[in-house]
Amino acid sequence: MHQIKKREDFSDITFSIEVEHPLLAKAAQPGQFVIVRTHQTGERIPLTIADYDREKGTITMVIQAVGKTTREMQAMCRPGAHLAGIAGPLGMPSHIGQARKVVCIGGGLGVAPTYPQLRAHKLNGAYVIGIVGFRSRNLVFWEDRFRAFTDEYLVCTDDGSAGIRGLVTDGLREVISRHPDIDEVIAIGPPVMMKFCSDVTRPFGIRTTVSLNPIMVDGTGMCGGCRVTVAGQMKLGCVDGPDFDGHQVDFDELINRLGRYKEDERLAMERWLRHRDHCRLVGQATGGAS
Amino acid sequence: MSTVKKTLRSIPQDRTPLPEVAPEIRVRSFREVAEGYSRDQALHEANRCLGCSKPGCVTGCPVSINIPGFIRRIQEKNFREAYEILTRSTTLPAVCGRVCRQEDQCEGSCTVGRKLAPVAIGNLERWLGDLAIREGWHLERTGARTGRQVAVIGSGPAGLACAADMVRAGCEVTVFEALHEPGGVLKYGIPEFRLPNDVVDAEVENLKRLGVRFECDALIGRLLTIEELKKDMGFEAVFIGTGAGYPSFMGIPGESLNGVLSANEFLTRCNLMKACNFPCTDTPVHTGRRVAVIGAGNTAMDALRVAARLGAEKTYCLYRRSRSESPARLEELRHAEEEGVEFRWLTLPLEILNDGQGSVRGLSCVRTELGEPDASGRRKASTVPGTEHVIEVDMVIYALGTNANPIIGQTSSLKLDARGYIATNERLETSMPGVFAGGDIVTGAATVISAMGAGRRAAGAMKTLFGFRSN
Ligand SMILES: Cc1cc2nc3c(=O)[nH]c(=O)nc-3n(C[C@H](O)[C@H](O)[C@H](O)COP(=O)(O)OP(=O)(O)OC[C@H]3O[C@@H](n4cnc5c(N)ncnc54)[C@H](O)[C@@H]3O)c2cc1C
Ligand SMILES: Cc1cc2nc3c(=O)[nH]c(=O)nc-3n(C[C@H](O)[C@H](O)[C@H](O)COP(=O)(O)OP(=O)(O)OC[C@H]3O[C@@H](n4cnc5c(N)ncnc54)[C@H](O)[C@@H]3O)c2cc1C
Ligand code: SF4
Ligand code: SF4
Ligand code: FES
Repeated sequence: MHQIKKREDFSDITFSIEVEHPLLAKAAQPGQFVIVRTHQTGERIPLTIADYDREKGTITMVIQAVGKTTREMQAMCRPGAHLAGIAGPLGMPSHIGQARKVVCIGGGLGVAPTYPQLRAHKLNGAYVIGIVGFRSRNLVFWEDRFRAFTDEYLVCTDDGSAGIRGLVTDGLREVISRHPDIDEVIAIGPPVMMKFCSDVTRPFGIRTTVSLNPIMVDGTGMCGGCRVTVAGQMKLGCVDGPDFDGHQVDFDELINRLGRYKEDERLAMERWLRHRDHCRLVGQATGGAS
Repeated sequence: MSTVKKTLRSIPQDRTPLPEVAPEIRVRSFREVAEGYSRDQALHEANRCLGCSKPGCVTGCPVSINIPGFIRRIQEKNFREAYEILTRSTTLPAVCGRVCRQEDQCEGSCTVGRKLAPVAIGNLERWLGDLAIREGWHLERTGARTGRQVAVIGSGPAGLACAADMVRAGCEVTVFEALHEPGGVLKYGIPEFRLPNDVVDAEVENLKRLGVRFECDALIGRLLTIEELKKDMGFEAVFIGTGAGYPSFMGIPGESLNGVLSANEFLTRCNLMKACNFPCTDTPVHTGRRVAVIGAGNTAMDALRVAARLGAEKTYCLYRRSRSESPARLEELRHAEEEGVEFRWLTLPLEILNDGQGSVRGLSCVRTELGEPDASGRRKASTVPGTEHVIEVDMVIYALGTNANPIIGQTSSLKLDARGYIATNERLETSMPGVFAGGDIVTGAATVISAMGAGRRAAGAMKTLFGFRSN
């Protein structure tokens, strides 16, 4: 059982939780993720480690409430409540090489997992350009954290309510035109966004790293459910990734595979909504216990 | 108690059958198929053992259980002592009695088996193991507490056995398990209808009672490295029993389509995550209406039978060799046949076909034929041209065997062999001092009993390292 120390809401669907797990906080590296179980019959869901504090012994996750489990978390994860289990850190740490100039792109929720990498590059002495994309101004979060570790910070919104009006790919094209000497682009967000960012950098031959989010069960290399095709080879997202070379990833396959439990997800969600009041009580009970 | 020497003629001629739930009923639930002997049945079957002075059965058992010894105690109704004898060699009798491939091991070398059906050693062992769980008998410490710290990585049969021996010898044992529940394949792989989770849980409880600590959700290599366990956390000896859980695929076109999955994923969703209760539990398992499983080992039988229970209308088993080459236990093959699995022996899949929407629509296959045995004694399968055909299915499950998981190797300086398994000497010592390894992570996918035996051998070597008197 791991206690939730802090919670912050960024919008009606995004929030962050800071959870106690000293060993994990000590071991965590940028790019890694955890698998969380909310309760005993809960699903194992992968979430990126968006931040870690070794002194406080906590890790932070930023969550978007999209389906049954994440919406349930939104309802029950209050400070003082507990998560039944957290396994991690999982996956390969990101390779923070000697890049001198780095562009870190976060789309929507992908903004959060970009942060540890962006910070690591900055602390490594690189010139860091942050590009974040949101639908509109009210969804923007972590601006302060990003500003603290970037040399340039660019916000793109679909409706132009903050920063430039457009997609992160527009921001990326603009940045590339001004900086001919970019060593690496790191793009994290929805698969389509990562695909298009990779398409933008491909003609320039700029190394592009993406963080993939295939459906996972164990996260330890045992089930093979998270397999993705990279450079024509089968790779496991949880063991070989989640970071991969964006120019080599078969995104269409990933997008197709992400849809394979759509019907079941819908069922779980409907059932949960029907039983939500009951679930709330259970959530409170778990929250209050121990 | 019988004092007259038994002969083949004087013993009950027929082997006592194990009561089973009828196929048409059992395919509708995850209830255990074989119900286990009653006390009378156990006594009756025990009477079939001749108590040989040179018992073949003991040589056939990978951990050399004193089989005539424990069976004689059953004959004498001295059940507690029978259990003590059993647990001198095995820490998981209720498990091994259920899942060992007895026909090749103990029972395969039973003297009675030369003329009649062999003594049902496995069933008797299971009966005793179940009795012990019901009666609350458990293992005891054999030595005083020594305060010596032992870490065990992985909680499959190898890890559980090593932990049991070390805690009984007076050590402080911590088991680190990557998943959220201990048991390894016994928990996530082998389905409830063959090995109920309660049986595994009871064995784990046993160890907890002796003082073993279980740290679940702890993937060693990532959360803590083996070096850290030794240097920072004060573990004087480490046992690695992480199994060979890395799934393999064939590399044929169509493997990334939706509806193609490994048996590990299918079984884990169902057993560990209880997807069979979805949506009461949160993890879904999509089940096809027509399911093909590739491979014909125990894992394949388990996947086929789970698919049938989840409502598949048609289940096919595809194997490029023939029934006699199948590595599955005979009982599993028979059970699968009874449950309506259609076996396509001598069939090799070539391509998984796309329904146009990114899901499986069928499997294109070719027939094979077996050549002469090669140097290793295996008959090589070659394809027969012109026999290509399509089997219509909407789900394909790979049960092709597994490989070593790379995480421990990547995160430590341990020496590995050419195939990525951990290299050890005959005492199961690895290239790092005080670090031992055993079970599937050393041998490649094998059996529950051999993994358990390895865990115990490593424990023996650890005791020598600690300078304990052997007992
Ligand atoms: C390495 C990795 C890191 C991730 N990091 C984050 C993060 O930091 N914050 C965040 O909010 N989300 C993250 N995700 C996605 C998150 O795991 C899913 O949103 C979550 O599992 C959805 O569960 P649900 O029951 O709420 O929704 P569901 O109704 O189950 O699904 C909604 C959507 O989530 C996807 N999904 C479902 N199950 C899984 C699964 N087991 N693994 C991956 N995707 C799944 C489905 O394709 C579907 O589109 C990450 C995924 C991966 C693989
Ligand atoms: C579906 C199926 C059916 C089978 N049926 C039979 C049968 O009927 N009879 C039989 O004799 N054998 C059977 N087997 C084979 C048998 O189960 C295995 O040989 C045996 O379980 C191996 O034991 P082990 O202890 O070496 O590893 P496992 O049982 O694989 O346990 C290893 C454990 O280590 C954990 N782990 C892995 N890496 C780490 C890490 N880095 N840190 C912490 N923990 C880690 C894993 O999560 C797992 O729980 C079957 C196997 C399968 C898959
Ligand atoms: S452990 Fe297995 S092989 Fe040995 S006696 Fe028991 S059932 Fe037979
Ligand atoms: S070989 Fe058969 S008959 Fe002889 S002791 Fe063993 S089980 Fe009994
Ligand atoms: S999540 Fe199971 S192998 Fe990656």
